[in-house]
Amino acid sequence: MAEIQQKGDSGKGGKKRAKKASTKIDMTPMVDLAFLLLTFFMLTTTFAKPNVMQLTMPVKEKNPNPEEQTKIKASQAVTLILAPNDKIFYYFGLNEPTDKSVPVPEVKVTDFSANGIRKVLLDRKRQQPEPIILIEPYSFEGKEAKYKNMVDILDEMNITDQKKYALVDISKKDIDLIKKQNLPL
Amino acid sequence: MPKVKPHRTSPSLDMTPMVDLAFLLVTFFMLTTQFRPDEAVVVDPPSSTSDLVAPDSDILTLTIDNKKRVFFGYDKAPVKEAAIKAVGAKYGVSFTPAQVKQFSLLPNFGVPITQLASYLDKDTEERKALNKGLPGIPYDSLNNQMIDWVLEARKANAAQFKKPTFLVIRGDGNADVKTVQTVIKLLQEKDINRFNLLTSLEMKPSFVGQ
Repeated sequence: MAEIQQKGDSGKGGKKRAKKASTKIDMTPMVDLAFLLLTFFMLTTTFAKPNVMQLTMPVKEKNPNPEEQTKIKASQAVTLILAPNDKIFYYFGLNEPTDKSVPVPEVKVTDFSANGIRKVLLDRKRQQPEPIILIEPYSFEGKEAKYKNMVDILDEMNITDQKKYALVDISKKDIDLIKKQNLPL
Repeated sequence: MPKVKPHRTSPSLDMTPMVDLAFLLVTFFMLTTQFRPDEAVVVDPPSSTSDLVAPDSDILTLTIDNKKRVFFGYDKAPVKEAAIKAVGAKYGVSFTPAQVKQFSLLPNFGVPITQLASYLDKDTEERKALNKGLPGIPYDSLNNQMIDWVLEARKANAAQFKKPTFLVIRGDGNADVKTVQTVIKLLQEKDINRFNLLTSLEMKPSFVGQ
């Protein structure tokens, strides 16, 4: 290794030459330190700025007029219920238990995988180009959907390029429908 | 024939370029690094494919953890100072200049306003120990301090910097949707309809089936 050479004066008489000390110094400790610091800062630094997902909710009307509100057509309606334990219950059409002319929809179960809800939504879009999707996070008797599921489903809306969807509270009749069809929560 | 001696090269090599590079990188990382501030609560945001990036400043963060607690944070100290004075005045709580200063240094907090003064008097270690059992900011309809913090911070930011506030909801993946929906509804009542859900980036699916 490069070292500063220090030769003691031998004491012999003779010409005194200007000592030629080597200009090389041992850089190993400095390099060690430099890399230590480098590692430290590389590990502690956070480059990534957080990503955000935009969620724009409709402006709440103070006095909603039921006649002005648009009714959803049964052929367009898709209801997704975010259930606990990362499951999705979904049905097409409307659920109107009081109206006997509307058939009771069959609730199906799927999940958040690519072959789950995404396939359902894409298949539906082929049959019905303008679906209106209602997203209802389940919340009843202490059983709650997770926030992660809500973000995931909104993300699926972006992935499958849905034009009309709304995040709404779960209705009593949908809770009853799930109970009636004995779906495991 | 004489033996061929292996040529002995000196094992020392010139490390100068490597050291130069190492120090260059050290300097770079030292200058760019931002130490993560001590948050009052740790949340694990869910992932999404959204690649929108939050702006640099004017960010109001509402952190929602998996115990239904809400924490408030703002990224600008003067706005927080104005907000604590305004909210304190509304609830009849006054703060000493030292407490206001301390408040402006905290990245976020989650205590009701009545407990805030004593929370601010604690030192950093004591506060850290307290953080696990904090009640969060009240956000029910009877005692809705969260909305006051949001409104006052927005007002202060508009007055001081003439810029709109960017509202970010930073929810834990395991938080329940109901809490998030409650917070969103409360904000909607005050005509705040645009939210940004903080997520970590996930890869977009390579194809969307045809």
